[in-house]
Amino acid sequence: MTNLLTLPIIIPLMTAILLIFLAKQVTAQRVISVISTIATLVASIVLLLTVKNEGVQTIAISSWQSPFGISLVSDMLSALLVTTTSLITLCVIIYSFRSIGKKREQFYYYSIVQFMLVGVNGAFTTGDIFNLFVFFEVMLMSSYVLIVIGGTKIQLRESVKYILVNVISSAIFVIAVAFLYSVVGSLNMAHISERIAEIGQLPIITVIAVLFLIVFGLKGAIFPLYFWLPGSYNAPPVPVLALFGSLLTKVGVYSILRTYSLFFYQNQAFTHELLEIVALLTIIVGVIGAIAYWDVKKIIIYNIIIAVGVLTFGISLATEEAFQGTIFYLIHDMIIKAALFLLIGVMIKITGTSNLRKMGGLIKKYPLLGWTFLVAAFGLAGIPPLSGFVGKFLIVRAAFAEGAYVGALIVLLSSLFVLYSVIKIFMNGFWKAPQDYPGEEKQPVHFLWMPGAILVVVSICYGVGAEGMYPLISQATEALIDPTIYIDAVLKE
Amino acid sequence: MEILMSIVSGLLIASAVYLILSKSLLRIIIGTGLLSHGAHLLILTMGGLKNGAAPLLGQHAPAYVDPLPQALILTAIVISFGVTALFLVLAYRAYQELGTDNTDEMRGTEAND
Repeated sequence: MTNLLTLPIIIPLMTAILLIFLAKQVTAQRVISVISTIATLVASIVLLLTVKNEGVQTIAISSWQSPFGISLVSDMLSALLVTTTSLITLCVIIYSFRSIGKKREQFYYYSIVQFMLVGVNGAFTTGDIFNLFVFFEVMLMSSYVLIVIGGTKIQLRESVKYILVNVISSAIFVIAVAFLYSVVGSLNMAHISERIAEIGQLPIITVIAVLFLIVFGLKGAIFPLYFWLPGSYNAPPVPVLALFGSLLTKVGVYSILRTYSLFFYQNQAFTHELLEIVALLTIIVGVIGAIAYWDVKKIIIYNIIIAVGVLTFGISLATEEAFQGTIFYLIHDMIIKAALFLLIGVMIKITGTSNLRKMGGLIKKYPLLGWTFLVAAFGLAGIPPLSGFVGKFLIVRAAFAEGAYVGALIVLLSSLFVLYSVIKIFMNGFWKAPQDYPGEEKQPVHFLWMPGAILVVVSICYGVGAEGMYPLISQATEALIDPTIYIDAVLKE
Repeated sequence: MEILMSIVSGLLIASAVYLILSKSLLRIIIGTGLLSHGAHLLILTMGGLKNGAAPLLGQHAPAYVDPLPQALILTAIVISFGVTALFLVLAYRAYQELGTDNTDEMRGTEAND
């Protein structure tokens, strides 16, 4: 079935449209969005297996031949990311049932979540640079609405900033595409790659590469461009935050990975060194934020920035091992960030505050929640049997092999600080003297705990079963190391 | 012609940057409008401004202008139109709820919540 790779985009799109008509029937909305997200997940798993057995899947929309029409391309990397995205969205939707509140649910919440899934899955699957822009906008527009839905004061204030930053970065994206189009005269990513290889190392290509780095760095929160993230992500409710934290920035990272391995791989001296410096500074800034705050949301939010830094560092090394580590870490980080946000969401629901100093002793009454959080925390830091280990290990080993000792050291040290920051949550939130919190009996703790726990279990399986994942990851790496695989699959030459 | 257009879109973007750095929210939104105008003009310019017929096959001309940038602009225009509409409504709501359009007073400290 050749249309298989459109299914992760089409199913949520159709669901989103259907849900618009069912705005007031909350139960129907819930049932339909869960069923369709499971369908998306199944479709993406089938896609993953197809890509594994038959190689890169491409489809030329409306049968227009490849450089002329829009082509969708699903290689192993995008299939893996689409599957992870669908899984996370499913868990977040289940979490939303008891957490997001009737008012927001009646106001097209589920519909917008589905539109966001459309945007993210589309951005991972597209093979056309302008189409990537459009899917970015689909994703961003839904995120604008998700960040402001409910209309509390803090949301209004922060969404103004969030929208402004993204409007500017979208304009820069358009400008960058315009420059690239005037240089190579094509929009199809495989075709662009081929033409850049023909014209070689013109300085303008480096300029465009840096322009793309600025655009995707603004989306993905890289060092000098991360400033909007801590404030904006503090505003929305927890399930929305989990969606944002695990998906949005990672789309930026994916786009950097894609463009820097497919377009700008020839003249690495300048661009990749810039990427490396920026990545290390990102890690340092993230670490400073993560250990500075006593607010559980803020701590995990700064951990997003650290992870983005580690991923960009992996991309900047651009060796096979580094790419493997980056992809391992990318998928791990999406899952574990969503899990952590959902778990601290339960803590915030119980205690009614996100201030660590006002929490304490949760382990007495909620042991399951506590131990799940501890496992997730160890997973985040990269303690060996868990999922964060393999990715970081490969990145660090590649860094030593490349002679980037400072970078490797910073990545290793950052793990310590990450561990410190999440253990601070555990020690202060779950240990210490137990307290009573007003209204905690009414909270559906077990229900809310479940989606986070599912994600933690998935991440444990991912870490323990790294051996089983390895063939998939190395297949994903092949197309990054050797762009001709991608180009040949799209242009069919 | 391309040089003139590049200068014009540069001016548009310069004014956009100036307006976006100001304090009033409405000026910022006007700035984003100018920014998208600059970007759209740049796509058109970068596609080339050679003489040719409008891209309609009924014209039977020997040469046509490049239709692709026009399609890109059309897409970018509706997208930025949607975002601007949302942004304007959001600014209106923010003005109603927060009682200010001065971005200096929209700081994200906890004391302001």
